Amino acid sequence: MSDPAVTHSPPAEPQLPGLEGFVSDWSSDRTAFKTASWGKAMIWIFLLSDTFIFSCFLLSYMTVRMSTEAAWPNPSEVFALEIFGVHIPLILIAIMTFVLISSSGTMAMAVNYGYRRDRKKTAILMLVTAAFGATFVGMQAFEWTKLISEGVRPWENPWGAPQFGSVFFMITGFHGTHVTIGVIFLLIIARKVWRGDFDTEKKGFFTSRKGRYEIVEITGLYWHFVDLVWVFIFALFYLW
Amino acid sequence: MVDATHGPDAHAAEFPDVELYHPRSWWTRYVFSQDAKVIAIQYASTALAIGMVALVLSWLMRMQLAFPGFLEFIDAAAYYQFITMHGMIMVIYLITALFLGGFGNYQIPLMLGARDMVFPYVNMLSYWTYLLAVLVLVASWFAPGGPTGAGWTLYPPQAILSNTPGQEAGIVLMLVSLILFVIGFTMGGLNYIVTVLQGRTRGMTLMRMPLTVWGIFVATVMAMLAFPALFVACVMMLFDKLLGTSFFMPAVAEMGVQLAHNGGSPILFQHLFWFFGHPEVYIVALPAFGIVSDLLATHARKNIFGYRMMVWAIVIIGALSFVVWAHHMYVSGMNPYFGFFFATTTLIIAVPTAIKVYNWVLTLWRGDIHLNPPMLFALAFIVTFVNGGLTGLFLGNVVVDVPLSDSMFVVAHFHMVMGVAQILVIFGAIYHWYPKITGRMLDNTLAHLHFWVTFVGAYLIFFPMHYLGLMGVPRRYFESGDISFQPPSAHELNVFITVMALTVGAAQLVFVFNLIWSIRHGKPAGGNPWRATTLEWQTPQTPPAHGNFGRELPVVYRWAYDYSVPGAPEDFIPQNQPGPTPPHHEGSE
Repeated sequence: MSDPAVTHSPPAEPQLPGLEGFVSDWSSDRTAFKTASWGKAMIWIFLLSDTFIFSCFLLSYMTVRMSTEAAWPNPSEVFALEIFGVHIPLILIAIMTFVLISSSGTMAMAVNYGYRRDRKKTAILMLVTAAFGATFVGMQAFEWTKLISEGVRPWENPWGAPQFGSVFFMITGFHGTHVTIGVIFLLIIARKVWRGDFDTEKKGFFTSRKGRYEIVEITGLYWHFVDLVWVFIFALFYLW
Repeated sequence: MVDATHGPDAHAAEFPDVELYHPRSWWTRYVFSQDAKVIAIQYASTALAIGMVALVLSWLMRMQLAFPGFLEFIDAAAYYQFITMHGMIMVIYLITALFLGGFGNYQIPLMLGARDMVFPYVNMLSYWTYLLAVLVLVASWFAPGGPTGAGWTLYPPQAILSNTPGQEAGIVLMLVSLILFVIGFTMGGLNYIVTVLQGRTRGMTLMRMPLTVWGIFVATVMAMLAFPALFVACVMMLFDKLLGTSFFMPAVAEMGVQLAHNGGSPILFQHLFWFFGHPEVYIVALPAFGIVSDLLATHARKNIFGYRMMVWAIVIIGALSFVVWAHHMYVSGMNPYFGFFFATTTLIIAVPTAIKVYNWVLTLWRGDIHLNPPMLFALAFIVTFVNGGLTGLFLGNVVVDVPLSDSMFVVAHFHMVMGVAQILVIFGAIYHWYPKITGRMLDNTLAHLHFWVTFVGAYLIFFPMHYLGLMGVPRRYFESGDISFQPPSAHELNVFITVMALTVGAAQLVFVFNLIWSIRHGKPAGGNPWRATTLEWQTPQTPPAHGNFGRELPVVYRWAYDYSVPGAPEDFIPQNQPGPTPPHHEGSE
């Protein structure tokens, strides 16, 4: 055992392709996922669980949209903006979506540079990702402010079914919380990357585990997930 | 497939130590501990403590049913608060927390040959979040209006209407507590799953894991997928209550006044709740299945019959339990085709479950059965579970369920199948593992007293309830008064049940006394008093020290069930003992 960086990962074993490999991995000792560290296995399972939370939110939204007897407001109109006298439906949401998806690109680059141990580029790209995320949350705050000023409340709105406001605040709020948590984690990890904690394998304050660049990828997985969820919210709430 | 026939030395060099957190003070060793064994004891103690509250609540309810008006402080509101808190505490804060947080934390690392859970810090947070959830729940007793009396299923719209007891603060605290529980559980659950998948020792394949670990593992996976529905339901009901949204609230008139709510779907809550609630039944049943398999094999000195079948049955039950939830909602009304679908899936679950029961019985067949406390409780579990399972076949059918659903028959059914059965396993498991946890045996005489009163008493409580239900005695009623279709014998039976409930409850004090007394005065147990094969009994120290296995982790050479192997010098071969395994044993490869 010479390389301390792989303390959590078992020694690489010969990998078989296809179904045969799957069976041999799962019938072997120690680990079921031969290439996944503990942290990565954890984040995937967490995201699976989180997927169920967002699925339940979205299914509940569809159910109340059917159960309410008042008409559902037209999201294209509700989320339209007047820009220089031009009436553009959904423009803000389109920009928000673009920003968030771009942030996934910078995040993927950060992960790549992280594994190349390029401290500077990794940190900068993570900060750019965090900035995109913060922009997204900022625009969401603008959207909330605009709707609240137009009289939308969780319990009522001027255009129709009261569930419209309830669902809007609940789902975008829950997703926005996820993005905010992601931004905070990106900032914390970017700082550690910048300081070189992962080059020196500085131990975590609470966990006393050695720091590794892998945490960049784990943060990235969470970030991509939050983006992916937004695509579903965009399609099912704003476009429908 | 790793060839595990080499000795430990061949692999020691390439098998590095986990970076363990080493406690430096009394606080980090015993209070804010990151050691799974300490966390397990914290979980178990908290769960048992809050469980005692639920026990007292059941006494109070029985007193009211048998002797209405005898205890003057029990009015209708108090009765519904007792029902709600009793159900919620027992199902979630006692049984789920004890099986997964308690036994999961203790057994998974030890049985798999790991030093600790994979994320000890997150594991610690899990316990403290759980404790916070329990405290929030307890706080509702001291809030204005008391705890919620919405019934343990918290069905809206009634749960948040103003005439329901506890609507001032109780329902809010209940929902917040459940949300906290889900968050805390998720942190623990990630640990259990990743430890099982990625943290096993050399030679420990999935198909060599003791069934205890299999049961807890599959239950945890299910919980990670089922609790989200509860989480979402709680968040939305909280909004309905606090913000005046109408997710679950249709247009309602209350006392002749039209409320502001409009257009929500109460059925949506039922779907979300039971999408959590039915898997929850198996989240508490699967660990019990697993533990009971190990108790039977160890104390009958025989290999478990059909190990692979047992594993697959656990997995299949886990998967099927996600497609049966609406059988709790037959009386809510649904499309007959849906009823047909859910009745069919419900009855199909009986197949893997029956396989398990047959395999348990065949494990006992011609075994060297030691009738010590763990074995007695395991046998009692089989009987009770079969009993509760058979009435489940009745209730799984729509036409039978509809007339029985609101009667005591249902109370009897689910107490048998997911209350008493699981509690019996918990007792058996505590008698089995207490010597490892404390290094001392529990007192045998007290244990037998505890067992016979609990087992026979539980039957005398719940068996007559089936009969009451068939007579039409409704459940959930605070007081039945004079109803023409109820003969006087129904009330006499109610009195009898109450006397039995008080007796069984009192017997639990014997158990608690035994637990506390034996820590100091029990007979020293030694490392492996049951002569068991699994790794937790092979630790160098008892109780196991920090890091579990001393300098070198054990290497596993065989499955967990090499009992009474012909030709072996002893009647058990520990999993970490090298050497040839008789070729005819499945699982040993």
